[in-house]
Amino acid sequence: MRPAWSVLLFTTLAGAGQGLFLALFAAQPQGRLMQAGLATSLALLAAGLIASFFHLGHPERAWRAAAMWRTSWLSREVIVLPAFMALVAAYGWTQSALLGALAVAACLALFACTGMIYACLPFLQEWRSPLTLVNFTLLGCASGLTLAAALAAALEPALARGYVLAALAVGAAAYLGRLASLFRNARLRPKSTLASATGIPQRPIVQMSQGAMGGSFNTREFFHGRPRAVVRAARWTLLALVFPVPAALLLAGQAAPAFLLQFAGLLAERWYFFAEAKHPQNLYYQAIA
Amino acid sequence: MTTKQLALVIDLNVCVGCHACVTSCKSWNNAGAAGPLTDQNPYGADPSGTFFNRVQTFEAGEFPATETVHFPKSCLHCEDPPCVPVCPTGASYKRAEDGIVLVDYDKCIGCKYCAWACPYGAREIDEQQQVMKKCTLCVDRIYDEKLPAADRKPACVLACPTSARIFGDVHDPESEASRAIRERGGYALMPEWETRPANHYLPRRK
Repeated sequence: MRPAWSVLLFTTLAGAGQGLFLALFAAQPQGRLMQAGLATSLALLAAGLIASFFHLGHPERAWRAAAMWRTSWLSREVIVLPAFMALVAAYGWTQSALLGALAVAACLALFACTGMIYACLPFLQEWRSPLTLVNFTLLGCASGLTLAAALAAALEPALARGYVLAALAVGAAAYLGRLASLFRNARLRPKSTLASATGIPQRPIVQMSQGAMGGSFNTREFFHGRPRAVVRAARWTLLALVFPVPAALLLAGQAAPAFLLQFAGLLAERWYFFAEAKHPQNLYYQAIA
Repeated sequence: MTTKQLALVIDLNVCVGCHACVTSCKSWNNAGAAGPLTDQNPYGADPSGTFFNRVQTFEAGEFPATETVHFPKSCLHCEDPPCVPVCPTGASYKRAEDGIVLVDYDKCIGCKYCAWACPYGAREIDEQQQVMKKCTLCVDRIYDEKLPAADRKPACVLACPTSARIFGDVHDPESEASRAIRERGGYALMPEWETRPANHYLPRRK
């Protein structure tokens, strides 16, 4: 699949915003850290929301996307995201425990919606796994905790140590989950083959022409189109920056650079998530002539 | 299984790969009620465009027993279409009365999620209009009573010089389409995903 920057930014920004909210709600800091943290969480969510609009051909019709919540995880996400943002704002305003608990529920629901958008597609085998949900949730929480550690270091140093330890623990869990998914996906065998895609009985089958001399939506949307070296570089970047480098920086008391590098690592992680997913339609688009 | 399910049955035994179905489809659907089916840079070095139907070519078997198989490919109007439930706006839908899977271009937000959810790559975004497009089985033509009854068929079916495309109700066991599937080994593409495509393909015969 071609990684879309709008979606990479949306899922990473919103994930960090969600993780930061959970980190604040869990530790209940008083005063400036709580207010500044909730404002940062809202800003990240808003930035993610804006990024997501760039994915749409008709952003002015985005309101229609709330219609099919009975069947579509995307529609559910479109409803839950603004609801979560409203609850975070209301919680910041009132400090009501009930609103906070509702915001936690909305936050977890949002992780579930985002993950299920990918995990519910049966033939994208790389995505069709509970690990997709686990990874979206844990990676979001890890980056949110790293950001909370950075904010605490500046605003409420007494809490910084706790956030660093939590960021290390959740970061390690998220890293293990992502490694498990890399391991799983490297061993997948595609269910669809050119034989099942065409029903032609003879072997081998080779495509001579895809019916168009130039490219098409099918050749643009479903192939990342980058050399193998770029894909490998993305994997190494994610392996280094999702956890090991930020962990070292956190231990060295450098939480702010840790967050920035981890965020860069998560962009690489999300890029790789798309690039490694092989859509079965690609079987029909192997030769241009 | 009682309601109607319109579909195409494509006979790979007689398809000669002439692309008349592609051009007639493009011609009808570019000028029809639903508006243009746009191209980008059509006469330039890197042409691209939106099509409902494409003819691909495969070579099968070991030399010298190789065969060239021309393979028309369009939306299969699945009985269980994975593209429909994922659509967040309801723009993608399957008609209860005849099983045609359609896109309401006025509701589509161009999020492309339905295209991700189609294992066949049957949906293509119109880069100019920024809405998702796909084969309509010429829904604006097959019910048009101003046309002579014999012409109330998809443009591709009428254009095919070898009658490789059979149009009909695959839920009616007596239709020409159902009989062809039954008697000539009609099969569905990618059965492993249980989408139950309505369109079927007839294999090569010797």
